[in-house]
Amino acid sequence: MTAAVIPETPGAYTGAAPYLQVRDLSVRFATEDGVVRAVDGVSFAVERGRTLGIVGESGSGKSVTSLAILGLHDPKRTTIAGQILLGGRDIVGLDEESIRRLRGRDMAMIFQDPLSALHPYYTVGRQVAEAYRVHHPDASWREAHRRAVEMLDRVGIPQPARRANQHPHEFSGGMRQRAMIAMALVNNPELLIADEPTTALDVTVQAQILDLLADLQREFHSAIILITHDLGVVSQVADDVLVMYAGRAVEYGTAEQVLRRPQHPYTWGLLSSVPSLHGDPDADLIPIRGNPPSMIHPPPGCAFHPRCGYALLGSASTPGAAAGACEVDVPQLRQVQERGHTVACHLPEGKRVEIYRRDIAQAGVVR
Amino acid sequence: MTHPPTGPSGPSASAAALLEVTGLTKHFPVRGGWRRSGVVRAVDGVDFAVRRGETLGLVGESGCGKTTTGRMLVRLLEPTGGRIVFEGRDITHAKRRGLRPLRQDLQIIFQDPYASLNPRHTVGKIVAMPLVVNGIKPPGGVKRRVQELLEIVGLNPEHYNRYPHEFSGGQRQRIGVARALALRPKLIVADEPVSALDVSIQAQIINLLRGLQRELGLAFVFIAHDLAVVRHFCQRVAVMYLGKIVEIGDRDDIYQRPAHPYTRALLSAIPDVAQPNGRALRDTEEAGGGAAGNGPAGRIRLTGDVPTPLNPPSGCRFRTRCWKAQEKCAVQEPPLADIGGRGGALVACHFPETEPLR
Repeated sequence: MTAAVIPETPGAYTGAAPYLQVRDLSVRFATEDGVVRAVDGVSFAVERGRTLGIVGESGSGKSVTSLAILGLHDPKRTTIAGQILLGGRDIVGLDEESIRRLRGRDMAMIFQDPLSALHPYYTVGRQVAEAYRVHHPDASWREAHRRAVEMLDRVGIPQPARRANQHPHEFSGGMRQRAMIAMALVNNPELLIADEPTTALDVTVQAQILDLLADLQREFHSAIILITHDLGVVSQVADDVLVMYAGRAVEYGTAEQVLRRPQHPYTWGLLSSVPSLHGDPDADLIPIRGNPPSMIHPPPGCAFHPRCGYALLGSASTPGAAAGACEVDVPQLRQVQERGHTVACHLPEGKRVEIYRRDIAQAGVVR
Repeated sequence: MTHPPTGPSGPSASAAALLEVTGLTKHFPVRGGWRRSGVVRAVDGVDFAVRRGETLGLVGESGCGKTTTGRMLVRLLEPTGGRIVFEGRDITHAKRRGLRPLRQDLQIIFQDPYASLNPRHTVGKIVAMPLVVNGIKPPGGVKRRVQELLEIVGLNPEHYNRYPHEFSGGQRQRIGVARALALRPKLIVADEPVSALDVSIQAQIINLLRGLQRELGLAFVFIAHDLAVVRHFCQRVAVMYLGKIVEIGDRDDIYQRPAHPYTRALLSAIPDVAQPNGRALRDTEEAGGGAAGNGPAGRIRLTGDVPTPLNPPSGCRFRTRCWKAQEKCAVQEPPLADIGGRGGALVACHFPETEPLR
């Protein structure tokens, strides 16, 4: 396979080198049934102060990407190729000890389920304090505790000094997620990865947490990767959006480009299948047909082609098109006319723009 | 404490009501621990009605009692109080034998398509089970009826002999739908039927249920936390909060003229792709056209979490998170009432909103 084109960072406005650069990342797992290419040649970048939303369904490789960045994969079963540049330094293949020193201090993670990510036995304050002490070994427990209370206060937990002495089960779901954010941010990490941080929460609490993340980002100026299946969440907080399907990036650009002028049929499918509060409620939703592919035996060519309504298939019905391109060649991310917007699709750009205007934008969901 | 049951609520509950629920209550006793025991008021006096072929959405956040209500309807839970009347028959405390015929008319679809199918039974057996248990011999045989059902829900009838693990999440949910349809029910309680599915699959299942509803004239009680999904499926919507219905009405009233502050907050909290109040999107659109942006009432953020149903707030249960709450709200529980200007929608609020949403 030829080296993937490294797409230009959509948000390269500041000119500074992005804090995180992922280049041609591949993650493979050995399983009993064969090798799973969970992530296959994915490249992206996140600058300080910006949020990248990684969107995809289960099995798209979005969570595996984040675990690989944090070095949380099982090294015995996992093969990682490509580069992960954190502050300019490649961290792929670093030994466990070096990664541990980065984790928590330079990069931190917020998990989906705060109840299983927090230890039930220790008080919340102690857990946050401990996260601080890991990277500040000279700090006393008292000092670390003070810092923990300060962070709990910062993430909007009322009566932080009292709450710090409580255990996770005494916290509500939203409060637990706040506590976990406090733990993640206690060392001022430059990169924060949030994997479905609000999926387990109620909508009204989800809105609070998303607002909080945005506030904290303004304050700490960290780079954030938000991993989610929810396009609505992405549209609220992301500056840039990366859409993944079957382990590959299929569309990448600013939120404006990907959500308002999407060019990949899978992105169209996602946008039109989500019920909205706007548009005609009596119109049928337009689902993506079929099911997500097996990751052990992904379809040849473009992994999305069996579900794509516009795929160039090897038949006489598509004159002029390279016969069956979608069934044979894996499409690479290519720059479209608009700068910073890349799409991995064999359809010519003009055709994609035309289809979008004619079939998708009309449906009313997407404007 | 609870206001007297007002009977069938609103003009929509006409004589043709298939299901009528009045004052439905479920209290779970809490024992043990060093704390004094008490009751969780999971559902606390709920009234609604569902007509033939109608879809009613029950929405609310976790702990609002929507699932408990659904389980009482199909009598998987015994109500503590109140009445459930189905086709004119009081089924609130029907016992086993009395429930038999009822099971044919009332079915449920569960949230988790992985946990609700027996992994050791073939699909054929799973879908045939309701027929066998109820001793029904369809013309042409059980197998033919099952294959018919598989076809109706969009599965290959030849997959009759396969096991659940051979199917994807969306396909499993289709099996659950086929099983619910086996006895030709009149009402299906669907408890979060799509929330465990991937987005691209959710739309398939919603469309399937909508099609079935239209073609078979099925009535649905559709339980969901996602107001956008409910909007695409339900003709009427009831919003629940801490065991109570706070607002109930036709879809357009709930979504365009919501009167309860909680309904407004829920609607406002939904991150909607089509609504450009995202950071990046809003910035560009303001830059583009100097748009008006969001009005002062455009974005509502509730503080705090839902209080515990073990000890709900006095008066209006929403008052602890409500920005309009006044003294009266702590003292007096607002009854579900028609405030006019809407097609019979009811709201339980002392200070209801009257302006329609943009």
